[in-house]
Amino acid sequence: MRSYTEKIREAAKRLLSENRVDAVIGFRRGTVALMNEPCLVKNADQVDRLYWDSNCGVNLANYLPKRPDRVAIVAKGCDSRNIVVHLLENQIKREQLYILGAPCHGMIDRRRILADLHGKEPLEVEETDGRVRLIGRDFEESLDREAYLQENCAICVHRNPVIYDELVGELVEEQQNVDRYEDVRRVEAMIPEERWLHFEQLIAPCIRCYACRNACPLCYCPTCFVDESRPQWVGKSIDRTDTRTFHFLRAYHVAGRCTDCGACERACPVGIKVRQFTKKMEKDIKELYGYEVGLNTDERPPLDTYRPGDPEPSFK
Amino acid sequence: MTDWEPKIVAFLCNWCSYGGADLAGVSRLQYPANIRIIRVPCSGRVNPKFILAAFRQGADGVWVSGCHPGDCHYIEGNLYARRKFTLLNNLLEHTGIEPGRLHFSWISSAEATKFAETARKVVDAVKAAGPAQHFIKKQAEVA
Repeated sequence: MRSYTEKIREAAKRLLSENRVDAVIGFRRGTVALMNEPCLVKNADQVDRLYWDSNCGVNLANYLPKRPDRVAIVAKGCDSRNIVVHLLENQIKREQLYILGAPCHGMIDRRRILADLHGKEPLEVEETDGRVRLIGRDFEESLDREAYLQENCAICVHRNPVIYDELVGELVEEQQNVDRYEDVRRVEAMIPEERWLHFEQLIAPCIRCYACRNACPLCYCPTCFVDESRPQWVGKSIDRTDTRTFHFLRAYHVAGRCTDCGACERACPVGIKVRQFTKKMEKDIKELYGYEVGLNTDERPPLDTYRPGDPEPSFK
Repeated sequence: MTDWEPKIVAFLCNWCSYGGADLAGVSRLQYPANIRIIRVPCSGRVNPKFILAAFRQGADGVWVSGCHPGDCHYIEGNLYARRKFTLLNNLLEHTGIEPGRLHFSWISSAEATKFAETARKVVDAVKAAGPAQHFIKKQAEVA
């Protein structure tokens, strides 16, 4: 991880001083442990702010839509796939981008770590081969990194960036034989009432803060459907029906575009597993149309195209 | 509950299914009166939000019908619609809506009998599913 940081700083310095880009989008150390924050560096003498470790889960592709300037961006596997989606949706041009590909080892889930620390507050985090060392005021703990990966990272099969101009580390080996849809199948096996209840319990704590929407790189509509008032598609209260409508439509809106980067779940302040909605779409699209999101810039997204013989199980 | 009759919103495409419904009427074909028709330019015009909105406002069933694949007045509108609604239907059922509430069909403007037949099937299926509750707002629970 140290080596990534150095490579990122070195590349940022070079690109900024040669005036190849106007800004570099990366991460800096967060003010709290386990929370690195996105950071925009515009000046070559500020590149030492840039940092990289396993707490860089925020999806940086979120900062790209409609940018007028030339930017370099640090991109993990999922970020790079979201960049491809942006390119397909004409949100930014390839010429504006210089992609610093960061082969990813999976990001860690701070919630699980904090839960297992039982209230002790880590002030500093260090990573050394496969271990996460947490240092607090009067304790020190070392945890196995693999055991605390974010759920979507544990089942990720595209850890290497799919599109890049330069790599900041060696390509990693992709995970093989991963069962990506075990939880979706578990829900599919239930009867309708159970399924309804399952999702009802899932979204019960929702406070409708829209953090999942704002963290999502795909949510760039000028006016979101939740903010539309004429007609008003969904109420703004935390009424159960409104919350359900919101989660349903949000999930449907990212169908065929979601890369399962986990930004939504990571951002949720009450820990709702919102990926339960989007993963069903991902599974169906893969099974029905054989499409995986963000892997190449030549193929249109699945809902923007059709084949004459598409399956139509529900049509009379 | 015995005299309950379902309310069904039908989005029919102007060029085919609406014509089919018209022909069914002109031909004096009998079909249940539970459907409220909304004429849309194309089945591809129907936004998933419309369907959710219909359920939220008390529809017990929704039926979307358009031209047969390949016969779309706009060449390909119904082919996009096909993908869109297949996914929508899957996600709705995955999240717990009973099967039988949401219906799709291809009916050309000459298929009056198919229209009447499908209308009967849709009404029967929605009747079997019973009054829709899931997307209707209930009184707020006061803690």
